[in-house]
Amino acid sequence: MSGVLAIAELRRGEDEQLAVRPGTYELIAAGRELAEQGAGPLAVAVIGPAADVPVDSVALDGVSEVIAVPSPEDRYEAHVWQAAAEALIEQRAPAVVLAGHTIDSLGFAAAVAARGRHGFASDVTAVAWTEHGAVAQRSAYGERLVAELDFPGKQTVVLLLRPGANAPAGGRHARANGGSPIATWLELDLAGRSRTERVELREAPIGEVDIAKADFLLSIGRGVGAADQVARMERLADALGATLAVSGPLVEAGWASRARKVGQSGRTVAPRVYLALGISGAAQHLGGMSRSQTIIAVNSDPRARIFDVAHYGAVADLFEVADELERQLG
Amino acid sequence: MRILVAVKQVAILAEEFALDGADTVPPHALRRRLNELDAHAVEAALTINEGEPGEVVAATVGDEHADDALLSCLAMGADRALRVWGEDLAGADALAVAAVLAALARVERPDLILCGAQSSDSADAATGVALASLLDLPRVAVVTAIERDGDRLVVQRELDGGALEVLRVGTPAVLTVQSGINDPRHATLRAIKQARSKPVSVLAPSELALDAAELEAAAGSRRLRLFELPEGAGATLLEGAPDRVAAQIAEIVREAISA
Repeated sequence: MSGVLAIAELRRGEDEQLAVRPGTYELIAAGRELAEQGAGPLAVAVIGPAADVPVDSVALDGVSEVIAVPSPEDRYEAHVWQAAAEALIEQRAPAVVLAGHTIDSLGFAAAVAARGRHGFASDVTAVAWTEHGAVAQRSAYGERLVAELDFPGKQTVVLLLRPGANAPAGGRHARANGGSPIATWLELDLAGRSRTERVELREAPIGEVDIAKADFLLSIGRGVGAADQVARMERLADALGATLAVSGPLVEAGWASRARKVGQSGRTVAPRVYLALGISGAAQHLGGMSRSQTIIAVNSDPRARIFDVAHYGAVADLFEVADELERQLG
Repeated sequence: MRILVAVKQVAILAEEFALDGADTVPPHALRRRLNELDAHAVEAALTINEGEPGEVVAATVGDEHADDALLSCLAMGADRALRVWGEDLAGADALAVAAVLAALARVERPDLILCGAQSSDSADAATGVALASLLDLPRVAVVTAIERDGDRLVVQRELDGGALEVLRVGTPAVLTVQSGINDPRHATLRAIKQARSKPVSVLAPSELALDAAELEAAAGSRRLRLFELPEGAGATLLEGAPDRVAAQIAEIVREAISA
């Protein structure tokens, strides 16, 4: 058992083209490091409709092989991906399989690990290859502690990496570099493996506001406490020249539109300034904003995880700071 | 439908605590309660069965502390509860728990299995999906709406980026639910009292033909150690009264935007 297999994640863009999601480059970076530490060569699997699998975009330095797996489905389907991943593991016997801790991967990775009796860890924040195989870190007790895990007796370990925890792989495309990695087309029998039928796809309600395009986001979380405070924070955002964004709980509570949601199942943003008021910093949120250029966090809880990614932090009452900001900047 | 809801009694770490020598959290530093998303799963099960014949069965893997979580489910309206525990299950990870739940489901033969999309303490987001594959059932993860469509279900899931996908899936199936799906009902005092008279069965893994070797093989990982992250690593603290904090924020914003 040797080698690292990263499973790319795709999404159809506004131009209808299938593109590799940015998190895939974080998988490649982590896989490259594992390869350098002795886990074996890095292969990247791209599962998608045969006509337009974006093979070239993952052919980066340090990638030994790109495996294109044509899928009979035009869309991501969890059971098809499970079957593809199982076949890839059976054929290539990788020591480590990497995927993102994303909505898509959550639908198939644990299924693959459970059925194959592989090693498994999700929401992994750090991974290394040692003489005893893979060692991974992930949070425990609601982000308060870190657990270090190993995988004794496992030939293959499936790891879901937390988005934002690894710097994405740069490097020129290997093709432009002259040393083209081998692109293999792997025909798997995936027909009939789908077990869900798509009734409808409702695109994100981007029309009203596109938080991913804003330079300055004022982002609010559960700390605002009540629905009527959302309107107040929107006024503050207007006064500051910022765009209002929110964390997941506010959308789930029905206090804010999904278009404004940052993080898992919301938007990934990287504005010049991310001012977080009353956001505790759940992993699902941090993955969507940790690449912002300047992060300022205000939270009354000194232990809030948002302070781990913030460049500037204030342990303070968000309403008092909001009042002062409105007075001074408005 | 017979709906099995797999729930977890989560551990919440006290504000002040010290790891003991073995890199484990001392039990007195933990509070316990029913995982919030699992309450949403119970609510979804009760809603699906509203006005229809059926049964809602809450199941958990845990020691006697977990009886409180089961009681919460019964007080909400679940009909009965099952708890599996044995010393081989101490420290069981998501995949080992899924193996136990799979053995339980083979006995219970539910038409539908629901669970929270993840637990608030370990946040693996893995148990339900692993359980589905061990039972070879279709599943949909991170579901925000469920509707009956004959003996099939129409469910909604959120995609990264904010799109919503509506899927049709046959039963039996496993769904993991996200909090936006509903508002869990609060149990009345009377319901809490009545819950105590509802049946709770406690099983040992051996009664489900699971031994220590089997559970070890099913587990996905082993915990080597537990440690604390340095607090607020990297952040420059903005100190002073709110007006002072606001002034500093204003200055940082001005510089960052004009840079």
